[in-house]
Amino acid sequence: ARRRRGATREGRGGTGSAGRGMDAPSAAGLGGADPQLQRFIEVETQKQRFQQLVHQMTELCWEKCMDKPGPKLDSRAETCFVNCVERFIDTSQFILNRLEQTQKSKSAFSESLSD
Amino acid sequence: MESGFGSDFGSDFGAGGGGGGKLDPGLIMEQVKVQIAVANAQELLQRMTDKCFRKCIGKPGGALDNSEQKCIAMCMDRYMDSWNTVSRAYNSRLQRERANM
Repeated sequence: ARRRRGATREGRGGTGSAGRGMDAPSAAGLGGADPQLQRFIEVETQKQRFQQLVHQMTELCWEKCMDKPGPKLDSRAETCFVNCVERFIDTSQFILNRLEQTQKSKSAFSESLSD
Repeated sequence: MESGFGSDFGSDFGAGGGGGGKLDPGLIMEQVKVQIAVANAQELLQRMTDKCFRKCIGKPGGALDNSEQKCIAMCMDRYMDSWNTVSRAYNSRLQRERANM
């Protein structure tokens, strides 16, 4: 499998941040010239992306892995949650990769047409 | 998650820039961290309430009976367990991804 920087795309690909948490598109605009504040914003934004995805995956995986809430999380449910997280990330990567591939083949096609 | 978060953010940074020295960036950062933590707690509570209502409440009666309350209590704990499991699993995955680059 191809590995790229930021391949997990925790901030994009349908996270549905929708204005919740911190979605600072560029740290440079906020925090102004202060590098300490800028760094702070970058770090906190990243943390918040992580948190948002945990919220989202917990919600999704709860539906798939939890029947009746018992006195503890049994090992079967726990395994299900772990698998669920992995497969969700795989799905996200798959979608991005395939989208990139179809875009490439489309642009190659239209380029040859315009010649 | 409230609008106050966004507006305080902007005005504090606008005034605190260079010269004054009145606004301590350390203090701002601490305040922002607190607001973020509050927002996350609210998010967790909202989703937990949704899930546990669905699991534990059948036909809504005139009050929450004992079994419903017990169910909600257990559900809350299981939701927290699930959240922690997901958080750990996601963190592991991220570390693995970084190690593979």
